[in-house]
Amino acid sequence: MLRLVFAKPERNRLYIRQLFHEIDNLGVNSVGIVIIISVFIGGIMTIQFAYALMNPLYPSYLIGLATRDTLLLEFSSTMLALIMAGKIGSNITSEIGSMRVTEQIDSLEIMGVNSASYLILPKIIAVVAIFPFLFILSVFFGILGGLVTGPITGTITVPEFVDGIKTLFVPYYITFSIIKSLFFGFLVASVPAYFGYYVQGGALEVGKASTKAVVNTNILILFFDLILTRLLLTV
Amino acid sequence: MIEVKHLYKSFDGNEVLKDISIRFEKGQTNLIIGRSGSGKTVLIKSILGLFDVDRGEIWYDDRNFLTISHKERKRMRQEIGMVFQGGALFDSSSVEGNVRFPLDMFTRMSSKEKQERVEFCLEHVNIEKQAFKLYPSEISGGMQKRVAIARAIALNPKYLFCDEPNSGLDPETSTVIDQLIQALTREFQMTTIINTHDMNSVIEIGELVLFISKGEKEWVGNKDQILHSGSKKLDDFIFANKLYAQIKKGT
Repeated sequence: MLRLVFAKPERNRLYIRQLFHEIDNLGVNSVGIVIIISVFIGGIMTIQFAYALMNPLYPSYLIGLATRDTLLLEFSSTMLALIMAGKIGSNITSEIGSMRVTEQIDSLEIMGVNSASYLILPKIIAVVAIFPFLFILSVFFGILGGLVTGPITGTITVPEFVDGIKTLFVPYYITFSIIKSLFFGFLVASVPAYFGYYVQGGALEVGKASTKAVVNTNILILFFDLILTRLLLTV
Repeated sequence: MIEVKHLYKSFDGNEVLKDISIRFEKGQTNLIIGRSGSGKTVLIKSILGLFDVDRGEIWYDDRNFLTISHKERKRMRQEIGMVFQGGALFDSSSVEGNVRFPLDMFTRMSSKEKQERVEFCLEHVNIEKQAFKLYPSEISGGMQKRVAIARAIALNPKYLFCDEPNSGLDPETSTVIDQLIQALTREFQMTTIINTHDMNSVIEIGELVLFISKGEKEWVGNKDQILHSGSKKLDDFIFANKLYAQIKKGT
């Protein structure tokens, strides 16, 4: 399928139009949920780290540091990708799957359009392009969530939290997570697209394909997370 | 003209088409009829290249569809229009967006020329201007079929395929669709192949009728001959409808 997807487009202008549509549909429309989840998770992590680091021997800025590194290393790339696999992935499978069962894909093929490329390529490019931005957004709002929740719940003051954010900062963590988010973006778009494109039957099968797509994407994300972490964070 | 010669197609060893040979002339409405599961959809999809056939030849005028290059086949597809059973309109595009799509994809027309062509096609299938901006989910089944026909003729095709264009439509709308397809076929001198099991369509526009039974060519004729074909299988198919049985008896 990938050979078909990455074939030369028939008309670049139409693909670019489709790409902007997908960036809006799959990317921009996900900004809200990313912000909400990140703010809450950032806040929850702050409270949990405060609880875990209650020992007076631990400096309180560690709460900010732990929140930051957890967001940077795992949550805003991997966990967010798992969540997006549910939102974006099921959307892609059901959209393409519905087009398959209602013969819209056959209709494109008969016209002479490379349907795999026309339908899937813009989605892959859009999701891969938008994922690093969603990652950055998630880190920012996650930290903001911690910054707000800490003082409100009385677990940490703003200066202590900010201290933690600035302490022992490793810029490479950002590079590492952006590389991961590019991989995960590709998985989140391509795996569900595959399941949707080859679905057979009717509405019931499209639903089943969506579930399968999300499950398989999640497993692949975790698998690649392991591989990439081993490759990129070697001590 | 489209000609099929000794066409065979099987799925998992089960032969679905057996030695089908037929010539569909241009400018007339050619119908493929048969019971559900008789192989008519497989035949039409094989002719369209959506299924790879086991053996045989498929000729589009002087081009053997099965031996031409992939590039040539792709180019040829732009000469083919197809109306699917459910319309297969793109849900995310408006009525005019659907008709404009093939023009955007395959022509270098200016926006004005495209708009003129879109309006020409939609007016030819009697879609009023108020409906141009509507989405497929906002229009009736009959209208969807007409939009699908408009999209199919947008690139001025030489060959038009219709897969059960009347399914799900009331008799009056079915007749309108049949007459529309016949009128367009004559006006644009297309080779039109319609896959149907609607006897009203056969009586209305069956200029050439191919009856398939269990994947085999059972009878070929026209609407005037069909009631007296002499084929028992065809008689069983047609006269399952009591009205046609009474017509044959002259009652």
